Amino acid sequence: MASTYLALLIGFALAAYFAGARRAVALSAGNPASLHSRPAYHGFYAAILATAPGFAVLIGWWLFGGRVLDRIVGARFQVLLSAMSGPQQQAFIRDARNLAGGIVYGEPTPEKEAAAALYRSLFASTDIVLGLILAALAALGLVLALRTITARRRTRHFVERFVRGVLIACSVVAILTTIGIVLSLIFESLRFFQKVPFLDFLFGTHWSPQSAFVGAGGDGEIDAGVFGAVPLFAGTLLITLIAMLVATPIGLLAAIYLSDYASSKFRAVAKPVLEILAGVPTVVYGFFAALSVAPVIRRLGDGMGLSVSSESALAAGLVMGIMIIPFVSSLSDDIINSVPQALRDGSAGLGATKSETIRKVVLPAALPGIVSAMLLAVSRAVGELAAFALGLVLFCMTLALNVIALGVVARYRERYD
Amino acid sequence: MTNIAQSGIARTGPDGLSIHTSGDARKRLARRYAAERRFRRLGLGAVLLAMGFLLLLLSTVVGKAIPAFTYTYAVLPLDLAGDKINHDDPLRSNFDAIVKAAIAEALPFAAGRKQRRAARGLISSGAAVILRDMVADDRALIGAPRAIGLPVSDTLDLYFKQLTAPRRSREPQGSATPSATSDKIHIAVEDGVIGSDEQFGRDAPSHLVFINGGVVKITGADGEGLQGDVLVPLQSTVPAAQGDWRLVTINQAESARKISDREIAYAEILNGMGLIERRFNAIFFTRGASREPEMAGVWGAVVGSFFTMLVTLALSFPLGVASAVYLEEVAPKNRWTQLIEVNINNLAAVPSIVFGLLGLAVFLNFFGLPRSAPVAGGMVLALMTLPTIIIASRAALGAVPPSIREGALGIGASRMQTVFHHVLPLAMPGILTGTILGVARALGETAPLLMIGMVAFIVDIPGGALQPATVLPVQIYMWADFPEPGFQQKTAAAILVLLGFLVVMNAFAVVMRRRFERRW
Repeated sequence: MASTYLALLIGFALAAYFAGARRAVALSAGNPASLHSRPAYHGFYAAILATAPGFAVLIGWWLFGGRVLDRIVGARFQVLLSAMSGPQQQAFIRDARNLAGGIVYGEPTPEKEAAAALYRSLFASTDIVLGLILAALAALGLVLALRTITARRRTRHFVERFVRGVLIACSVVAILTTIGIVLSLIFESLRFFQKVPFLDFLFGTHWSPQSAFVGAGGDGEIDAGVFGAVPLFAGTLLITLIAMLVATPIGLLAAIYLSDYASSKFRAVAKPVLEILAGVPTVVYGFFAALSVAPVIRRLGDGMGLSVSSESALAAGLVMGIMIIPFVSSLSDDIINSVPQALRDGSAGLGATKSETIRKVVLPAALPGIVSAMLLAVSRAVGELAAFALGLVLFCMTLALNVIALGVVARYRERYD
Repeated sequence: MTNIAQSGIARTGPDGLSIHTSGDARKRLARRYAAERRFRRLGLGAVLLAMGFLLLLLSTVVGKAIPAFTYTYAVLPLDLAGDKINHDDPLRSNFDAIVKAAIAEALPFAAGRKQRRAARGLISSGAAVILRDMVADDRALIGAPRAIGLPVSDTLDLYFKQLTAPRRSREPQGSATPSATSDKIHIAVEDGVIGSDEQFGRDAPSHLVFINGGVVKITGADGEGLQGDVLVPLQSTVPAAQGDWRLVTINQAESARKISDREIAYAEILNGMGLIERRFNAIFFTRGASREPEMAGVWGAVVGSFFTMLVTLALSFPLGVASAVYLEEVAPKNRWTQLIEVNINNLAAVPSIVFGLLGLAVFLNFFGLPRSAPVAGGMVLALMTLPTIIIASRAALGAVPPSIREGALGIGASRMQTVFHHVLPLAMPGILTGTILGVARALGETAPLLMIGMVAFIVDIPGGALQPATVLPVQIYMWADFPEPGFQQKTAAAILVLLGFLVVMNAFAVVMRRRFERRW
């Protein structure tokens, strides 16, 4: 129903636009120059006044309406729900809501049927109320707009201020996202650390969260001993280390070759090819690791008399390394290119070969940038390895790495002018 | 003066030559040039290695995927007119029984319980569903017996594609004379067809003899010939000349593979009758997820991805462009806008799974959006794509020369008119390129969607953004975990579909950048 209202509102906005524009033209009495703003702005003015409150109500209802209805149903079935555990209550409400929407999972109990019926009647009545509110707001807005439109009315200023407000609201979404991320991580982590002591988590050596919830869905006892993060961190560090051992030399050398040696034709081919490597989704690399790399490593290990697990960190690290090669190379490329040509020319003038110039002049000058590029690559690698229970730690780790990277750059950046 | 000369300006070596032409110097120079060449080759090697990795990755995926684009069908004569058809409501007919009857007709000798089970196992257990869907599409199928291709089971498909049960067929020397046409028989052959030291049984390689229209599984060999069990009855006991009978050796033991000797014998008989066909795998491109590899398709995930990307685009494009316009064109440069900028750059570096956590906490738990639905997934991915689009849009807006703005302002346009009538249209190609690249990245993203329950096993093809769905990368992630070997090919084929979409999107972005790129 909400989408119908949305379509109706959009249609009404169009109608209000034409009504406003026509009203302005009529007021100008054949002399458009007598209007302060062009008729289109009067049209926008009418459309905004008529439908902006309606859109706000609709969005607000869409975001919060479900919760309100859940509360009402929860209050009606309080006796039943109070006998249930938290997750069961949520499941009951969810199932009832789905049932009302026509999605049936399994055999619904009579209580759920009753709750679904309540939902259905609530849906119907709120739809009517919502429709009435929207219609009233739209009619009021349109009347107000048409009455206030005069030839000298500065509707362009109004419309532009409104657009400006919308633009500001859009750019605030980025801040809201950050706040949301931080808050959700903090709250989830706090809940987690209520169940599992912080020190046990940080220094525990046993990680198998699947075995913690034996009675799934219930509020059963949680074995805090299986949330030790040490194996996870050790694994992440090991894989990241292997990945960097693969990606750093290959990526750096590739960047040097492409920026200082390669012909422009070769570069035109090689750069997009490396970028394709960056565009391949992570799942594909996972498949590649499991299917091609791990068996090869396993066979190699068997050949050398070592027993290698088919899910070895070596395979994961190698593939992760391949994955971040383009990341390292494109970042390094930018940094190497930003070293001024004068330094190279000076070195060449002293008789150094190209490779000597690169190793003794360009790389030291670019070092801080390269270090920060590597740290960024590490933070991407760590991010890809993410296990969700570690969200906060992960967020802090990548944030810290980013800050360190920026700090390194700021501290050691040499300005050449 | 000699002092100065000796102290280094025009130093000569002990042999009286200049330090640049002495033997030592030449050696040093040669060494330096060698180091130069080495370094250069090292760089080239690194680039080629990276390209080689890409080639290896693509060839692995393509090599695995190609078999999945075709499928093996058994064309069986189906009785679509008999008493198993419910003529009032054809869709309620007993299609399973129709398929069974057709198999029984094609393999009349498979009469015992064990034999019937093996024969039924040749055809996919989803064949009845497929038949029903065919009838639903075209009621005219009902009313006459028809030969219709039904998908075989996934192991049999792998068998015909030579991907399981590696085997070797040969025509041994001399003639062969079977002693009977059924049960345990003895086949008189020349000595040495099968060595007498050969092991037989479930844990050893199998030997099947195809002779006189029947199949015999060899259970022993002696100086006079071979003993064996008849899997498919022979038509006669006349001696078969050399070339008229053959011996197939399956190197994998029967206990180590999923397809039994009996099923292989039946399948080969069907193949000999010309009933087995390799066709384009339409099921894969038209159906949703399934536990049966032969019934699993990628279409449900493609549609899910489509709806998710639609939501992502509808949210992130206007939001991203609006914030870029505000930050680049409208906002005063103060602490507030700086805070927003820092935030956006930081968000671009946040690992994608963290957005999934946010989506779980805010969209699902707080706002109560439906789980596993493209709306929620699209919103999470929109937040993830937003920084990319904002950064690209700001770069595109910044590249529009100030003279355009000044010209517009000079003839009396307001700031908003300048931006929306002049700057934004000129920056649009760059903005669109950045958007396509951002959406392409979102299309391949798995981690945040795992967090908001888009891993659910959903068979139906979603009909809208509010219905439960799964998306391509998540489907790949799930299939990669399934143990059936048939899913390995499906995974690779789904990856190929995903990469196809990504390549098209990226190529489009590149072409657009080339076409609309303007140097001021």
